[in-house]
Amino acid sequence: MIAFAARRLLGALPNLAGVMVVTFVLTRALPGDPAAYFAGPAATPEAVAEVRHALGLDRSLAAQFATYAGDLARGNLGHSVTTGQPVLTELAARLPASLELVAAALLFAAAVSIPLGVLAATRPGSWIDHACRALATAGVSLPTFFTGLLLAYVFYFLLGWAPPPTGRLDAAFSPPPAFTGFYLIDSLAAGDPELFAAALAQLVLPALTLGLFVIAPITRMTRASMLGVLAAEFVRTARAAGLSRGTILIRYALRNALLPVLTTLGMVFSFLLGSSILVEKVFAWPGVGSYALEALVASDYAPVQGFVLMMAILYLLLNLAVDLAYVAVDPRVRLQG
Amino acid sequence: MSAPPVSHPVPRPAPGGAAAAFARANLLTVAAAALFVLLALAAIFGPAIAPWNPLQTDGASALRPPGSGHWFGTDPLGRDIFSRVLVATRLDLGIALLAVSCSFLAGTALGCAAGYYGGWTDRIVSRLAETIMAFPLFVLAMGVVAALGNTVGNIVLATALINLPFYARLARAEVNVRRNAGYVDAARIAGASDARILAAHLFPNILPPLMVQVSLNMGWAILNAAGLSFIGLGVRPPDPEWGIMVAEGAQFIVSGEWWVALFPGLALMLAVFCFNLLGDGLRDLFDPRRRA
Repeated sequence: MIAFAARRLLGALPNLAGVMVVTFVLTRALPGDPAAYFAGPAATPEAVAEVRHALGLDRSLAAQFATYAGDLARGNLGHSVTTGQPVLTELAARLPASLELVAAALLFAAAVSIPLGVLAATRPGSWIDHACRALATAGVSLPTFFTGLLLAYVFYFLLGWAPPPTGRLDAAFSPPPAFTGFYLIDSLAAGDPELFAAALAQLVLPALTLGLFVIAPITRMTRASMLGVLAAEFVRTARAAGLSRGTILIRYALRNALLPVLTTLGMVFSFLLGSSILVEKVFAWPGVGSYALEALVASDYAPVQGFVLMMAILYLLLNLAVDLAYVAVDPRVRLQG
Repeated sequence: MSAPPVSHPVPRPAPGGAAAAFARANLLTVAAAALFVLLALAAIFGPAIAPWNPLQTDGASALRPPGSGHWFGTDPLGRDIFSRVLVATRLDLGIALLAVSCSFLAGTALGCAAGYYGGWTDRIVSRLAETIMAFPLFVLAMGVVAALGNTVGNIVLATALINLPFYARLARAEVNVRRNAGYVDAARIAGASDARILAAHLFPNILPPLMVQVSLNMGWAILNAAGLSFIGLGVRPPDPEWGIMVAEGAQFIVSGEWWVALFPGLALMLAVFCFNLLGDGLRDLFDPRRRA
C-alpha cells in the first residue's frame, strides 16, 4: 500500500512539472511589458531597464524558470497589486469557502445520480432508462451561470424560500470561530444550530446549481458500470442462491460497480472546480474563484496565476486521493500494481 | 478494433420505409437535427431577419416585459432582446465552430503522428495532452485568455487548446490499432509515403469516431465560450452574445425582470442540448456497442 502510494506520488511529479511550465509560460505571456508597467507611465527608458533588471526579466528563460520554481517551493506566489497582500495568504483565506461549495455539490450530485444510475441499469430500455438519459443530457447542457440565476429567481424572488444570493452568510450573522473554515462544520463545533441553519440556507442554491451540472456523467457511469456488473456470474450465482433483490443490488452489484464511478468522481471534480468560478460569481460567494475574477477585472495578474496553479495542484491531489482510495477498496489493483 | 459503421437493426419493415423507421427509433436525434437546422438558419440569416436593430437603444421603452412589439421584451437600454438573441447566434456558434475546427485539425494531426510513428513523437504528444488535462479546463481557458489578452480571438484559441487533448488521444488510439492493418501494409508495399498512408488510408477510417467527438465537443465549446463571456472575457458589450446578455440580465433577476437573462440563457441551453443530443445520436449510429 505504502509502496504503491509512493510510486503513484512519483508518477504525479511529471504532471506537476508540466503544470508549472504552463503557468510559467502564462506568466511570461502577460500582455504588455511588466517592467514598463511597474516602472510607471513617466519612467525613462533607463528606469524601465533598471526595473527589468530588478525583476530579473533580463535573464535567460531557464534562469527565470529556476527563480519561479524556487519561489513556488517557498510558497511565494507574488503579491496582489490591488490589495498589496501576498497572493498565497489571500488564496488560503478564501479556499475553504470554495471547497465547502464544491464538496456540498459533489455530495448532492452523488446522492442523486448513483440511485438514478442504478435505477436505469436495473430496467434498461424502459421509460425510466430513457427518462434518466434525457435528464442526464439536459443536465449537462445547462450553463451553470444560467441555472444559478434561474434557481435564484424561482426560490428567492418568486417563492421566497431561499435567502438572497449574496455570499456565505446573511449579514445578520457573524461567521463562526474559524476552525476548519467550513461554516457548516465550524458552526456545529461552536454548538450554534441557528448559525448552521443560516449557513446551510445560503449554501443550498449554489451547491444545487453546481451539482446539477455533473449529475449526467456520474449517472451515465453508474448505469454503464452497473449493467456490466449485473451481467457478471457472481450476480447470477447470488440470484440462483435465492438472495433478495435488494441484497443482490446493493451488497453484491453496487459495491463492485462503484469502482469506476470513483474514477469518474475524480474527473467530475475538474468540471466542478471550473464551474465554481461561474457559480461563485452568480451567488457572490467569497471563494477563490471570485477572488481571481476580481483580480482579473483589475488587470491584477499575480492572483489569477496563483489561482490557476492552485486549482491545478488541487486537481492533481484529488486524482491522487482517488487512486489511493481505489487501492484501499479494490485489492485487485494492488496485486497488479 | 472499433466496429465498422453499423446501422440500427430495424425489427420489421415499417410503413413509410427505412427513413421513417429510423426517425421513429431515434426521435430525439431527429428533433435535434431539426433544431440544428433552425440554429444554422438563425446563424446565417439572423442579422437579416431580426425585426429590430440589436444595437439600437431606446430609453423610453427600457425593461419592457415580453409583448407584441418586443417578443422577448427589452433590456435596460431599451434594446429588443429577441433581435439580440437571434443575431448573437452567429457569434456564439461561430466561436465554437472555429475553436472546435482548430482543435480537430491540430489534435487529429498530432494524434495521428503519435499513433503512427510511436516512440518519441508519441511520448511528446501524450505528455502534452496529459499536461493540458492536468488543469481544470475552464480554469486553464480563463488563465490563457487572461495572459494573452482579452479578445475574441483568444477565446477561440483558449477553447481550441482545452479541447485539443480529446482529439489527440482519440486519433492516436484509433491510428495505433490500425497502423499494421492489411490495407496499410498493402499501401506501404505499393510505395505510398507515410503522409499518403495517413491522409488517404488511415484518416478516412478514423473519421467517424472523430465526428462524434466534434458534435459532442461543440456543445461544450459553446458553454465554455459563453461562460468566459459571462465573467467578462472575450466579447465586449454592446455586441450581442448569449453569455454577456445573461450577465447583463443577472442583476435584474432579483428584482423580478426575468426576461433579460432568461431568453439568451434559453437560447444557449437549447443550442448546447441540440449538439449533445446530436452527438449521442451519432454515436449510437456509428457504434451501437459504445452506447452508455
